[in-house]
Amino acid sequence: MVIERRWKKWVYFYIPLTVFVVGTLFPFYWMFITAIRPDAELYRSWRAVNNAPFWTLSPTLDHVRDLLAKTNFPSWIWNTFFIAMVSTLISLFCGLLGGYALARLKFPMAGMLGTSIFVTYLVPPTLLFIPLADIIRSFRLGDTPWALILTYPTFLIPFCTWLLMGYFKTIPKELEECARIDGATRFGAMIRIIFPIAVPGILSAGIFAFTLSWNEFIYALVFLSSPEKKTVPVGVVSELIRGDIYFWGQLMAGALLGSIPVALVYSFFVEYYVTGLTGSVKG
Amino acid sequence: MRKAIAGGSARVEVLAPPRAVRHQRPGGFLENERLLAAMLLTPTVVLLGLFIAYPFVMGVWLALSNTSVGNVGEFVGLRNFQKAWNDSIFQTAFWNTCWYTAWATVFKLTLGMWLALLLNRSFRGKRVVRASMLLPFIVPTVLSTFAWRWMFDPTFSVLNWLLFRGGFITTKLPFLSDGAYGMWCAIAVNTWRGMPFFAITLLAGLQTINPDLHEAASLDGANGWHRFWNVTWPLLKPVTLVVVVFSIIQTFSDFQLIYVLTGGGPANSTHLIATYAYQVGVATGLLGEGAAISLFMLPVLFVVVWLQLRYLRRLEAT
Repeated sequence: MVIERRWKKWVYFYIPLTVFVVGTLFPFYWMFITAIRPDAELYRSWRAVNNAPFWTLSPTLDHVRDLLAKTNFPSWIWNTFFIAMVSTLISLFCGLLGGYALARLKFPMAGMLGTSIFVTYLVPPTLLFIPLADIIRSFRLGDTPWALILTYPTFLIPFCTWLLMGYFKTIPKELEECARIDGATRFGAMIRIIFPIAVPGILSAGIFAFTLSWNEFIYALVFLSSPEKKTVPVGVVSELIRGDIYFWGQLMAGALLGSIPVALVYSFFVEYYVTGLTGSVKG
Repeated sequence: MRKAIAGGSARVEVLAPPRAVRHQRPGGFLENERLLAAMLLTPTVVLLGLFIAYPFVMGVWLALSNTSVGNVGEFVGLRNFQKAWNDSIFQTAFWNTCWYTAWATVFKLTLGMWLALLLNRSFRGKRVVRASMLLPFIVPTVLSTFAWRWMFDPTFSVLNWLLFRGGFITTKLPFLSDGAYGMWCAIAVNTWRGMPFFAITLLAGLQTINPDLHEAASLDGANGWHRFWNVTWPLLKPVTLVVVVFSIIQTFSDFQLIYVLTGGGPANSTHLIATYAYQVGVATGLLGEGAAISLFMLPVLFVVVWLQLRYLRRLEAT
């Protein structure tokens, strides 16, 4: 392609890219270094001469140990995982069936339904959390994981449906027609022919939905109140700060450990995640 | 409807061997497309109806009433909206939301585009770099915002340390203890978090552009800037528009970032509509007033969604 001089490549490419990488990753490094730094070093005046904020010579696991032993952190992790998993499965189930219907079947109001599902996709949770809290209370779901398992699909289903609908549309109709000529029912063809082909799409939607529910905050904040029932984001925010005192070592250990599961899932399925992400806007 | 079933099975009988017909019998009603569609869509419609449409109607009712926690309210008309409109904290929150959304979107778009262009070149370790750039978007916002809050800490801020050591400042910057600084800090953190989303979606758009176009343009003597404006940008515009709309909706309705970073303080100067609605509706318990405040988001969201739908229609038409 276009030939560049070496200094130009440095100025226009390497230096900006390095700045981007450092800027993006620095907060994570800072989380890590704070989590393993002993308290005595953490709270040292920012102008102290011997202050070396970027590394520590006496790393410690105290904060992590305290977090795991003295707080509800392990149960928050489990709660978050359970809620994210179940709501993802529910959303995938609904999204698969709904996406197939919208992509393949002819019925009155198909267009209108498709549009309204797309519109609900754009409704932000912060618009509805106050009336939803009231409804959750009247259904007697308050302070149970079901409050979240049933409400998370409201932002996951539209996304899953939208993504899978797009995926189904790329599968040639002839495949299904062949199966039906061989005697399969429409339903059977859907289950046995179309869904297996759509596995990559299902995986993308699933990974994306899982990370979204792992990250959700406002519903979890409003619907849950017992310390041991909270999810990681809410637990870290509301339970690790006692009074006005911030235990930064423990907080950062919590932030780090709370991010690792979702980062792991992501790292195994980067390509699927990216497909889900780009598909989420293109449809 | 019955006619359709009869017609369907008759056709199958002609096409398929007898054994298959018998096999197919129990699920025969599934052959009717309308019925099947209704069945497949029921779970979705029920869940969305129960937890989106119903709360929405309920929210409108709450906003028109003086309900508070443990107290069934009565109809008060538009009083809640009026009260919010004349409330100086709400006015600040409303303008903050607009300011926050506008700047964060501008920054995310420019930086995201720049990063996408950088990532679109081939270099060693590209996959790792691309994967790690998405981390801020993956990690729970609340948790990463905590790391930022620690970095902005009034006494132990590492950023102050860096700026001081670098000789840029002589006294500490009041990152979160001053309203104006606080807003810019929030915009910076939002940009940090949302930029990867822009970069990766725009990168996906960039990868669909035929490199021959660039080759041809550069043979015609176009420099990098011209090639970007006249080749890349026009082709990237559709994707960009959709990403911007999504980002506007998310930024405009943002809650968690401000909740963790400043909590709306100092002195209510950094509230967004959503955090103020939370403070009034949940923390104080005035459900009616809180619902009215969050409904103020609706007109803006409505316009954005309407534009998006119109754009999608036009795209489908072509």
